[in-house]
Amino acid sequence: MSNIQTLLSAFDAIAKNPKKQLDDYISQGKKAIGCFPYYVPEELVYASGMVPFGVWGKTGGKINLAKEYFAAFYCTIAQLNLEMGLDGTLDGLSGVIAPSICDTLRPFTQNFRVACPDIPFMFLAHPQNRKKEYGVKFTEQQYNKIKIKLEEISGIKITNDNLNEAIKIYNENRKARRRFIELAGQYPHIITATSRSVVLKSAFFMLKDEHTKMLNELNGLIEASPIEPWKGKKVVTSGIVLDSPSLLKIFDDNQLAIVADDMAHESRAIRVDVQENTNHPMQALAEQFGNQDYDTLLYDPELNKRPGYLVEKVKKSQADGVVIMIMQFCDPEEIEFPSLKKGLEEAGIPYIKIGMDQQMTNFGQAQTSLQAFADVLSTL
Amino acid sequence: MSEKIPAKIRLRSIVDKVYQNAWDAKERGEPVGWSSSKFPAEIAEALGLAVCYPENQAAAISAKHGGQRMCEHAEALGYDNDICGYARISMAYAAGFEAEEKAMPQPDFLLCCNNICNCMTKWYENIARMHDIPLVMIDVPYNNTVEVGDDYVQYIRGQFDDAIKQLEEISGRKMNEKKFEEVCANSNRTAKAWLKVCSYLQYKPSPFAGFDLFNHMAVVVTARCKLESALAFEALAEELQENVKNNHSTWKYEEKHRIMFEGIPCWPQLQPLFKPLKENGMNTTAVVYAPAFGFAYSNLDELMKAYCKAPNSVCLETGVDWREGICRENKVDGILVHYNRSCKPWSGYMPEMERRFRKDLGVPVVSFDGDQADPRNFSEAQYNTRVEGLYEVMEEYKAKKEAK
Repeated sequence: MSNIQTLLSAFDAIAKNPKKQLDDYISQGKKAIGCFPYYVPEELVYASGMVPFGVWGKTGGKINLAKEYFAAFYCTIAQLNLEMGLDGTLDGLSGVIAPSICDTLRPFTQNFRVACPDIPFMFLAHPQNRKKEYGVKFTEQQYNKIKIKLEEISGIKITNDNLNEAIKIYNENRKARRRFIELAGQYPHIITATSRSVVLKSAFFMLKDEHTKMLNELNGLIEASPIEPWKGKKVVTSGIVLDSPSLLKIFDDNQLAIVADDMAHESRAIRVDVQENTNHPMQALAEQFGNQDYDTLLYDPELNKRPGYLVEKVKKSQADGVVIMIMQFCDPEEIEFPSLKKGLEEAGIPYIKIGMDQQMTNFGQAQTSLQAFADVLSTL
Repeated sequence: MSEKIPAKIRLRSIVDKVYQNAWDAKERGEPVGWSSSKFPAEIAEALGLAVCYPENQAAAISAKHGGQRMCEHAEALGYDNDICGYARISMAYAAGFEAEEKAMPQPDFLLCCNNICNCMTKWYENIARMHDIPLVMIDVPYNNTVEVGDDYVQYIRGQFDDAIKQLEEISGRKMNEKKFEEVCANSNRTAKAWLKVCSYLQYKPSPFAGFDLFNHMAVVVTARCKLESALAFEALAEELQENVKNNHSTWKYEEKHRIMFEGIPCWPQLQPLFKPLKENGMNTTAVVYAPAFGFAYSNLDELMKAYCKAPNSVCLETGVDWREGICRENKVDGILVHYNRSCKPWSGYMPEMERRFRKDLGVPVVSFDGDQADPRNFSEAQYNTRVEGLYEVMEEYKAKKEAK
């Protein structure tokens, strides 16, 4: 147990202090590239010998300077990413990759590009018709643009060999994270909602081989532990980001174990692997994006796959209900809520919807709602 | 004869005909489509499919004060009030809530192009689910550069060809190349005539009130591929030419100042929007819809590029260039910016654009908060104060200029 705690403390320290992590990498002579949400092909950054550094807003952050670029009704992740560009937090980065897949990220890319001219900027367009040949080709073309810029910044050529190597390392990390998510669901008495979050979050601030090494060790220790019956209730979380310690504490205080998730920052980011050892690793990366699904940000050619996917997740993880975390002003999440609600209701799965944003530090309302939800689940 | 009918009446009847055509098609048992405003309309038109336009419908419902009611219906279905008002109105209507303000037949297929916004993608997916109908999707990714690259052209072309196949199946007809060319020619002719109409705003005083363009825009949205639209805009251009010659204008007030109105109007509050403008002699002589809908092309690749040029799909520099171009041409001396609560992509560029307008054009810029469809997001008092402020600064600038 003590080893588990030691590892969890190490993950916690990394998740809570990304700036230190960044400075450490820089002091080792490495360059880091900021990767904004969503679906950045981090493998390219890794293959170019640099550190892909996830930048998903700042929980508990304050928006001040970014108000010069955005009115109040924008997703706080985007606003805080810009804020960190403006206040110098991102200064150590050698560049950023900025996707443009939602209506806030469209202007975000433009605002960041002009507001932070000293940070080399890599724009990324993803296709929504991503599955067909022309969609895969378009993705590959966009990834190639990123590749060229990364090579310029790092001075290292991205070859088939080093890209295949990066893909392998990333697949291993995705596998380890997916395994960890399963284990967290099976061992909630060991892995709290809070510690689950720091383990997953720290991946964004670490070289993935380093993260995998630590995580495999942790997974092994958890697996070797005895399974104990869980007295609380089990939930699946859905949304964009759930990394606020105060919010996660409410889950823990109410014995709501997160046994699976549909969070953009967690499972959605690691669901799909990339084909390994091909002669066309760039195409393999593009095909991976083509295989992404069940996401509010992505067009669903089959129109309504997401509710069924989530229902299945609930059943498979033997969850008692779903906690839907709606990031304020995130219209893709909001507009997909009624379909999700319908799907869950039809399957008889209890759910609760909780509004949040990254500036929030007081979660009184969420506390009341989650407490009530835990009570309701206990009566079922 | 039609020459004697005023152009604005002709234009209005074209839109009415689009919707009547859809009702007639429904009656005959033919499929009716709903289309986003910047979906390549050429395909459905060439295949003779009847199509309605939810954005146009939502604007019309809002202008007739049904916006809030429909938005509230959508909210009761679980759609957050943060979601675009047009989308909420449209989803409520698709879900079966009636809107006498602008009824249209329910859809049998959907044509979605997300060049305007990504909200469109999910809005149309939601409607496709409600009705269990096919959705034809043309995705236009956001573009960070002034030029549209070949990668975009190829990707959109691939989808365009797929869309033709899907619509051939839906219509039960084969695409006729000659007909397609004819439709494209009409579309180009309409765009050219539209731009010609807009160009009359450069005259000082202007031969028309720029707010008129917001009404005429319905034709460019719903019927740009029809010959009668091109003819009606050409007729309007002739009338405007006459106005210039005879010193007439549809702007019935003194033209003390000329402004750009930035953004989609607050349809539920057209009167309150117009009131302080007319009282202060501020004619709107620039709206971004002029360049945004005036696209011309001479081959298929250029058509793909044209559909990449929507207000929310172009980069900041192009957006600024469009606006500053019409501000200069149309001799604008102030800018009124609508922070549209319904439109995140559009409003998200505005603070930076405001700074550029001030610097590049040397004109005062003020902004107000509003919404294209949901009246709850507009404050008349704030709007009046801001317009008053703009007026005062423009007067000051004018006095300084005259003193030189």
